[in-house]
Amino acid sequence: MSSTVAIPATEARRRLGALPLTLLLLAGLAGTALFAGARFGLVLALGLGFGLVLEGLRFGFAGPWRAMIERRDPGGILAQLLSIALVAAVALPLLATYPDELVGAQGRIGWAMVGGAFVFGAAMQIVLGCGSGTLVNAGSGNAVALVALPLFCVGSLLGSIHLGWWTELGALPPIVLSGGAGLALTLVALAAVAVLVVALAAPGTRRIQRHHLLAAVLLAGLAIGNLVVAGQPWGVVYGLGLWAAKGAAALGADLSGSGFWAAPVNAATLHGSILTDYTSLTNIGMILGAAWIASHRAGSLDQPAPRLPLRGWVAAALSGLVLGYSSRLAFGCNVGALYSGIATGSLHGWVWFAAAFAGSAFGLRLRPWAGMEGKR
Amino acid sequence: MTRRHIMFAACGLLAAMLALDLRASPPNPYNAPAVLALGSGAAPVGGFCGAPAGLPGS
Repeated sequence: MSSTVAIPATEARRRLGALPLTLLLLAGLAGTALFAGARFGLVLALGLGFGLVLEGLRFGFAGPWRAMIERRDPGGILAQLLSIALVAAVALPLLATYPDELVGAQGRIGWAMVGGAFVFGAAMQIVLGCGSGTLVNAGSGNAVALVALPLFCVGSLLGSIHLGWWTELGALPPIVLSGGAGLALTLVALAAVAVLVVALAAPGTRRIQRHHLLAAVLLAGLAIGNLVVAGQPWGVVYGLGLWAAKGAAALGADLSGSGFWAAPVNAATLHGSILTDYTSLTNIGMILGAAWIASHRAGSLDQPAPRLPLRGWVAAALSGLVLGYSSRLAFGCNVGALYSGIATGSLHGWVWFAAAFAGSAFGLRLRPWAGMEGKR
Repeated sequence: MTRRHIMFAACGLLAAMLALDLRASPPNPYNAPAVLALGSGAAPVGGFCGAPAGLPGS
């Protein structure tokens, strides 16, 4: 009897608790549009959309890769490939038609880029969160992600400071698959990877779940929107490094000696408002969008924080630092390099994919050693 | 400690960062770009994870 009374009361309290967050999000959107500019309010709205879709439809990158490696379940990866293909089908023609207004996610293939992607893949499996995953997980109340996130920012800053040295080890100029031929090549390559993962899949797993299918389409729409509104693709790592750079500058650090932060574009974002930096806005939106979903999902926020051994928390913190550093060297994470890189024709996205997937297989073997789960 | 506390901590840290940044670098709405980059006639100028031409590492 008491439980029948308690459930509606809990539900009412949950809904009441979520109301301030809803109002805060609406006020944040309006405030950003009013005090920074309509474009920036729109980019924040896109970021909220990313967070709502990723958390609401349980779409991610680290988890599906783990499912493929450990259980040969390709559904999540197939959804990722579909989403990238949808973006490419629109983005590549747009980039070819409007080269003066839009830019793709270009990166240089080199030793540091390949190594960075491998290390990123390993670290993202230790914390089970990639670039977008760490943001979304932190917003939805995941303690491991909240520990990793600040150090992700610091790692990204350190990586940006050392980027010139690492790139001098050897790197090709950006190679871009552009125009109709580039689109055809990208779609054929995505289809080939899809065929490969389906061929390797365990029986009975060769399908995309409906919620992942919906997420793939919605994410593609949001990513195209990001390109049209901001003039650049969806990214994550730059904003996180910027947050740490701003923090360092506020504490008295002089970043003018850094080749990266002295470059005109980066110096302008460093001295400008976070509310005028596109990747920061989508990052903020992802955290808040995930928080909104979690606050509306019954029982989600009442779960206790995980009980990890001390080395598990240390591993989470170090993995965050490594995620930030390695993704800066790799010219992006799963979003900026893999998703946006491939979708806008950058060859480094494909190399990132191969290196990070190999790193993921290695990282999964490190999880028990890192104290993140029981020994297998 | 529950996930609710962690979610509030994440949102709180975000709010603190934004408040400090707004005080140090207030945005100027009069410098706002066109609503959409596509069709604006202006070159994209934002920072990005990749390596646009002209930056170290490019």
